[in-house]
Amino acid sequence: MAKGKLKRTMLYIPGNNPAMVQNGAVYGADSILLDLEDAVAVNRKEDARVLVRNMLDFIDFGDVEVTVRINGMDTDYAIDDMEAIVPQKPDAVRIPKINTENDIKKADEIITRIEKENGIKAGSTMIHAMIETAVGVENAFSIATCSQRITALTIGAQDLTADMQVVKTDTGEEIAYARQRIVMAAKAAGIAAIDTVYADVDDEEGLIKETEMIKTIGFDGKAVINPRQIKPVHDVYMPSDDAIEKAKIIVEANIKAQKEGVGVFAINGKMVDAPVVARAERVLELAGVDAGGLK
Amino acid sequence: MKNSIGREIPQSVDGIDNIVPYQGEWAIVNSIKSGSSFKAPQALKVKPVDHVKVCDNLEECLDKLELHDGMTISFHHHMRGGDGTIVPVIESLAKRGLKDITLASSSLTGAHEPLVPYVEDGTITRIFTSGCRGKLGKAVSAGKLKKVAVFHSHGGRARAIEAGRIKIDVSFISAAAADEAGNATGSWGKSACGSLGYAMIDSEYSRQVVVVTDNLVEYPCLPSSIKQKDVDYVVKIDSIGDPEKIAGDTTRITKNPMDLRIADLAAEAMIKLGYVKNGFSFQCGAGGASLAVARFICDYMRKKDIKGGFLLGGITSVMTDMLEEGLFDLAFDVQSFDAAVSKSIYGNEKHIEISASQYANPLNCDCMTHKLDTVVLAALEIDTDFNVNVLVGSDGNIRGASGGHSDTAAGASLTVLVAPSIRGRLPIVKKNIHTVVTPGASVDLLVTEKGICINPLRQDLKDKLEGSGLPIRDINELAEEVERICGKPEEPEFEDKVVAVVEYRDGSIIDVIRKVKS
Repeated sequence: MAKGKLKRTMLYIPGNNPAMVQNGAVYGADSILLDLEDAVAVNRKEDARVLVRNMLDFIDFGDVEVTVRINGMDTDYAIDDMEAIVPQKPDAVRIPKINTENDIKKADEIITRIEKENGIKAGSTMIHAMIETAVGVENAFSIATCSQRITALTIGAQDLTADMQVVKTDTGEEIAYARQRIVMAAKAAGIAAIDTVYADVDDEEGLIKETEMIKTIGFDGKAVINPRQIKPVHDVYMPSDDAIEKAKIIVEANIKAQKEGVGVFAINGKMVDAPVVARAERVLELAGVDAGGLK
Repeated sequence: MKNSIGREIPQSVDGIDNIVPYQGEWAIVNSIKSGSSFKAPQALKVKPVDHVKVCDNLEECLDKLELHDGMTISFHHHMRGGDGTIVPVIESLAKRGLKDITLASSSLTGAHEPLVPYVEDGTITRIFTSGCRGKLGKAVSAGKLKKVAVFHSHGGRARAIEAGRIKIDVSFISAAAADEAGNATGSWGKSACGSLGYAMIDSEYSRQVVVVTDNLVEYPCLPSSIKQKDVDYVVKIDSIGDPEKIAGDTTRITKNPMDLRIADLAAEAMIKLGYVKNGFSFQCGAGGASLAVARFICDYMRKKDIKGGFLLGGITSVMTDMLEEGLFDLAFDVQSFDAAVSKSIYGNEKHIEISASQYANPLNCDCMTHKLDTVVLAALEIDTDFNVNVLVGSDGNIRGASGGHSDTAAGASLTVLVAPSIRGRLPIVKKNIHTVVTPGASVDLLVTEKGICINPLRQDLKDKLEGSGLPIRDINELAEEVERICGKPEEPEFEDKVVAVVEYRDGSIIDVIRKVKS
């Protein structure tokens, strides 16, 4: 599987906890999110930055996508964070509290400079834009499309509800619009949409319910704050056995059709075209079936 | 001389007759021809019909017993950390000036630290046990016992007693309920501990048998795990231990994400290998990741409507819940782990108490561990040949127990070890380990958080798991990676003096434990 292809789970790990960073990749999350922002106290920012920088250099995280959440562009830490992290070539940096495309452009310029100074291929550091203000929500599409580096929009519910001056509820009516708007902007831009965390780690049932909902409205996955939340989320995204079998038939038929130079073909009398094949491939990807192994 | 896994075994060890080096899991089993050897004699213990067994206190009973220097006395460890029998008995024997006692307990726990002074003053000079911890473990490692200690597995102990390697002069069997004739059980009473599986063997083979209880009940005491036909005396005392520590809290599944990750991988592997199917039998350790495997297996069984055959071994309340729910047909219990289990063994006819011989003795017609399909076990350390240490800590001191580890590992069709590759800052998977308890030949899979290592002896498992999507690792590469992260810890230093031998379940010597340099 190509690195970072699936984004069902992004596991937050405090950037100043060496044992947790060291073991971050083993829990089976699609992506890990080494946090320099909210999980780290103000007087530990420097420690966390150095630790994460060194860990990125030292630890083999395997196939897991590695992202680092830096501090917001409005803080004194953001530039230092990027100076330390970008040279270690994480798959992406997650930038919190993005309000407008200008925030992204500012970050893009800094990252471009650091890439150049360190001989890193220009444009190889991706950005996940974290939207957690009312302004950010309303600007979602322009944020999503203002830089080639942006590969995901994410929503941060705690800060967003604070900005909206509403209380975060279990059912999430207060952020329903924001979720839908962010998903649509991401889909329109052809990038991933990642949902906010589910804060009660002991409430597996609640996590499953929320994940089912965000999957239904189009999110590609969810940030998680405890390794115990990974499996329930993946289970929600796991296609049924029936769907997997059907997808295998479609993908196999498509491979055969490709060999024969046929564009559109039929299975059991039903036409199969490119979108149907793409959906079937996505089902196999979620099921962990290697489409390359099919004949 | 070296045994077949390359461990250096002395030609002779003081006080141990006939050292036989380990030569493979089944070498001794296969070498014994039917009828060529015989079990140890059981004493013919005839009592007059007016013989009164009940003694009002321990001293009265000790007065009646035949006691002598150099004798062997036995106990069970079903009361675990709450045991209140071993220490008072040893104290009384010491007061009587008895010396050179061999203590043959099925295991020893933290509750037995007060025995250290009796080791130091020569009251106890030898120990046969499955495990040893805390200050007592350190005392043995420091060479304070006059004679070499013997660590055996649970099945190995039953074998040693039945074969006459351990000849017991007096067995003190604490029981949660007993009648005046000596019928006794662990399954009910204020000090309930559940099964008395280890003590059953002692009751049959000891020259003298004493039941110690804090709950003398009307005749007949049922179920009679210990039978009146074997019992010489019954002692009524105020307390046989601390009920809180005997029964403990209800065992719960860990919330530790690392253990859960390892357990999830282990369960996935067992499922993908096709072992989780109708009628399969299952055993797992009582702690951390091992027990969590049960949870994931159960989730799968519910989803696929699978019903298992039997559960075996140390039974926890997690397993009795599985039995109650109907996920398994039966539970066979040699040792129970919490209060809920005692209730289940007493009230559920599908929960059956078994003896240690029935459980795991390799030298009988057939034992239940040999019928096991799957077992999930923990480890202190594993080397790159899959050999396992569950007995000696990283500081060289004895701090664990052999238990049923090698018994189940040898018997089960699929033996799965679950362990983190690093614990604290210490490497767990490494090139060499101090002490081997279970030979690598018995281990099929090692599941760590970093992936699954398949024993090269099991090419069939490798063929099935490769391409399954599970992370497969070469154990040598994993050990190197772990060393790269942890560095090489400073190893404890040992003297030449052997302080203990580690018996394999068949009685051969798989390893020795040497004195830690002070």
